Amino acid sequence: MTEFEAATAAVQAALDAGARYADARVMHRRYESMSARNGDIEELTQDESIGLGVRALVGSSWGFHAVPELSDAAAREAGRRAAATATASARVPGPPVDLVPVPAAVASWASDCAVDPLGVPLSDKGDLLVRATTTMREHGADLAEGLYQIWDTAKWFVSSEGHRIDQRIRECGGGISATSIGDGETQRRSWPSYRGQYGTTGWELVTSLDLAGHAARIAEESRELLTAPECPAGETDLILGGEQLALQIHESVGHAIELDRILGWEAAFAGTSWLDLSRLGSLRYGSELMNITIDPTIPGALGSFGFDDEGSPAVKRDAVRAGRWVGVLAGRDSAAVAGLGYGGSVRADGWARLPMVRMTNVGLEPGPHTLDEIIDATDDGVLMDLNRSWSIDDKRLNFQFGCEVGWEVKKGRRGRMLRNPTYTGIGPVFWRSMDMLSSEIVPWGTPNCGKGQPGQVGHTGHPAAPARFRNVRVGVRA
Amino acid sequence: MSAELDLAGRVVELVRRLAGPDAQAEVVVTRSELALSRFANSFIHQSVAESGTTVRLRLYTDGRTAAGSGSLVDTDGLTALVERTLTASRLAPPDPAWPGLTPPAPVPPATVFDEATAYASADERATRVRAFVDAVGGLEAAGYCRTAYRSGAFANSAGHSAVGRTAEAAMDGIARTGGSDGVARHCADRLADIDGAALGTRAAAKARAAVDPVELPPGRYEVVLEPAAVADLLQNLAWYGFNGKRYIERQSFAEPGQAQFDPAVTLVDDPLHASGLPYDLEGTPRRALPLVDAGTTRAVAYDRRSGAEAGAGSTGHGMVGGSTFGPIPRNLRLLPTGDRAAGGPGAAGGRVSGGVTGAVADPDTAALVAGMARGVLVTDFWYTRVLDPKRLVITGLTRNGVWLIEDGVPTRAVRDFRFTESYPRALGPGRVLGLGRTPVRQPDRVDGAWWEAPPLRLASWHFTGGASG
Repeated sequence: MTEFEAATAAVQAALDAGARYADARVMHRRYESMSARNGDIEELTQDESIGLGVRALVGSSWGFHAVPELSDAAAREAGRRAAATATASARVPGPPVDLVPVPAAVASWASDCAVDPLGVPLSDKGDLLVRATTTMREHGADLAEGLYQIWDTAKWFVSSEGHRIDQRIRECGGGISATSIGDGETQRRSWPSYRGQYGTTGWELVTSLDLAGHAARIAEESRELLTAPECPAGETDLILGGEQLALQIHESVGHAIELDRILGWEAAFAGTSWLDLSRLGSLRYGSELMNITIDPTIPGALGSFGFDDEGSPAVKRDAVRAGRWVGVLAGRDSAAVAGLGYGGSVRADGWARLPMVRMTNVGLEPGPHTLDEIIDATDDGVLMDLNRSWSIDDKRLNFQFGCEVGWEVKKGRRGRMLRNPTYTGIGPVFWRSMDMLSSEIVPWGTPNCGKGQPGQVGHTGHPAAPARFRNVRVGVRA
Repeated sequence: MSAELDLAGRVVELVRRLAGPDAQAEVVVTRSELALSRFANSFIHQSVAESGTTVRLRLYTDGRTAAGSGSLVDTDGLTALVERTLTASRLAPPDPAWPGLTPPAPVPPATVFDEATAYASADERATRVRAFVDAVGGLEAAGYCRTAYRSGAFANSAGHSAVGRTAEAAMDGIARTGGSDGVARHCADRLADIDGAALGTRAAAKARAAVDPVELPPGRYEVVLEPAAVADLLQNLAWYGFNGKRYIERQSFAEPGQAQFDPAVTLVDDPLHASGLPYDLEGTPRRALPLVDAGTTRAVAYDRRSGAEAGAGSTGHGMVGGSTFGPIPRNLRLLPTGDRAAGGPGAAGGRVSGGVTGAVADPDTAALVAGMARGVLVTDFWYTRVLDPKRLVITGLTRNGVWLIEDGVPTRAVRDFRFTESYPRALGPGRVLGLGRTPVRQPDRVDGAWWEAPPLRLASWHFTGGASG
């Protein structure tokens, strides 16, 4: 039977078992990764997984069941069990759940891909990692690591409302890291970020990163960091590079505007949000320069798709406009609870996981400056880039980030390299202090966003550019 | 012969047929039934279950290695897995560090397995959620109840094989009131041992005790860490310290033979202490591995590759992703006072109800708190991340309840702190002021991993920020 037929059978079985709404996804995912260390290939993995997950709504609860088979019998049994699981939840019932309307799309969509990443010879891909890690070793790194990852996902979605959508999304990316080990500490430099840059593109993205071309420089910088002065402690003007700002957006804006968190659905694990729906449209989130969109339509960005995993078409929306909070990441059920008219941000990590609210591409629109202009305009500050650690509280307010590298900025010039740079703050206070923003936007990809129970790994995109923040506390240490 | 062992044997035979007798293959087959019911705002909003079988193949042929996995277990699916892994291995760069296959060795059967947990229904999970929600007495409740069943087999072309099965249950919930949360969590071999009402009662008492918190200035405080918070210490020590790959790379603080910890600290990775598969991803039998004995670091964990590189051999810690992240001990026990031959600063049972009612929820914690002139009681840690891998400096936040302790009793609820602390230093010689007698097994985010510890009193913890920055 075809994938659509299996999904249809599962949906029908769930309806027959008492569900008032059901949908099903068949997903076929191929994954390949290769890692190298110190000039040798460390691991080559190729995984392939296919299965069906069906979601049934009974009363106030979702039931979900997933099976690795596409036979008619297996699909129907999955549908029945999804409805039975939802029915059992009536022992602890909640208010009725509605779904905001979405046109029943019948469509196909595929991400752009110039060079099929799974079609590139393994020997070529391996040679790239071996060459880059060898170069890093030759230039002083004690530990030289390289990695690429490829996902090729085909999915078929059917709902009881008439959706019938197939999509193929190819994602890939990679990166290199050099670690130098000193007396009692380690220092790392990466390119273009730790564990790499990713997008919904073909191998052309990895080629464009020129991993081998950056290997010598980051190795030398990692060694230089061992003897660089510590980032000073205190309050100063902070300039963040685009890669670090992407993670700042991810943690302190992206997760905060997830509607399931705002509604308390993630309270026990991922946490809630400091945002209160009653202030949607009026809350001052950041400075006037802060314009953040939710945009799954960006070609090549890691959080792009044609339709989300409950059949809502990809649509660009504002999350923050001129510093004011105006939008959320929502699903059809959470939007209905909140009285909003849109979902569109629900995705599942494979066929065995329940779709849930996830970031798509959440990022900044370009500012009026350049990084050079920001440095020129800074009398006394610190420039930090490339994330090394991240931590934020369960309401997405109190954060502390560490970066791989910092530089003094004095009288408009980039000065000495600084090691162990960290900064800390409170989300809205920090964002309100942003007074310069570059136009040099890059859609950074984050392929490791954890959320949900059982755990799901999300792939998200974050357009970001260098920016300056005033009077930020830096240099926190043990 | 189990169905999983039959599948594993078929894949080994396919490799022999398609790649020739010199190819080295290892196969892990795991059938799983995983189910989890989630609740929030005091009702079940998501309840999920998945069935599946994963076949993992690692292949070494002509000096090259590749690995792959698949979810299709019919003949076509298995053949496709072998063919694509074989193709990948032929195209892969050379692997001079291939450690070879695990030789035949007896694998003892798992000691604990509860059939009722393996096949628990959504109704049984919902019953425990109902009990938790009822027990919080009108507060908001959120959390999950889960069960996991895995039946697996290992076979390799060196003639080694192993089988096992495991079942586990866990519940993790919070009660919420007025912006304050209290938590209770427990991991057990039997769903029957998960008491939703008891967990709900504890969480609600903690939440009520946490209302109207005051903000304390950042600084160094003496602390009592409850088992949920201690679990975070164990997890980070395991990932970054007792990880053989990081040790080889000189990124770990661990120095076997050195007295790096307080004499009260004895740490064992003990996978057979609870239900679990008795072999690792490479077929090595799993066994207890003493990591720290009365303060002295004794060992780190290895898989075959890192063990060969270190000249030490595998300790049974081969795992998915191990080549990248390293072999990680994931069943750590911080032994309580009564479990150790050499006594440490153990705590006798103490008074539970002193000071803020509900803040101290058990006699073990009460005893540690009672000895504290001024300090902080911490329930849980959250979002901990490494700032400095070598010294294992971690930043993170407190969560689910913090209290100021004065003259042995909790006097005020405190707003959450941010901390920045070196975990080995915090547990270093002279810094452990007390250890409870009753360990509590805390669930990990994935089944099969857990962290078991009693509460712990430490001389100093560096809180580097308050709720307002």
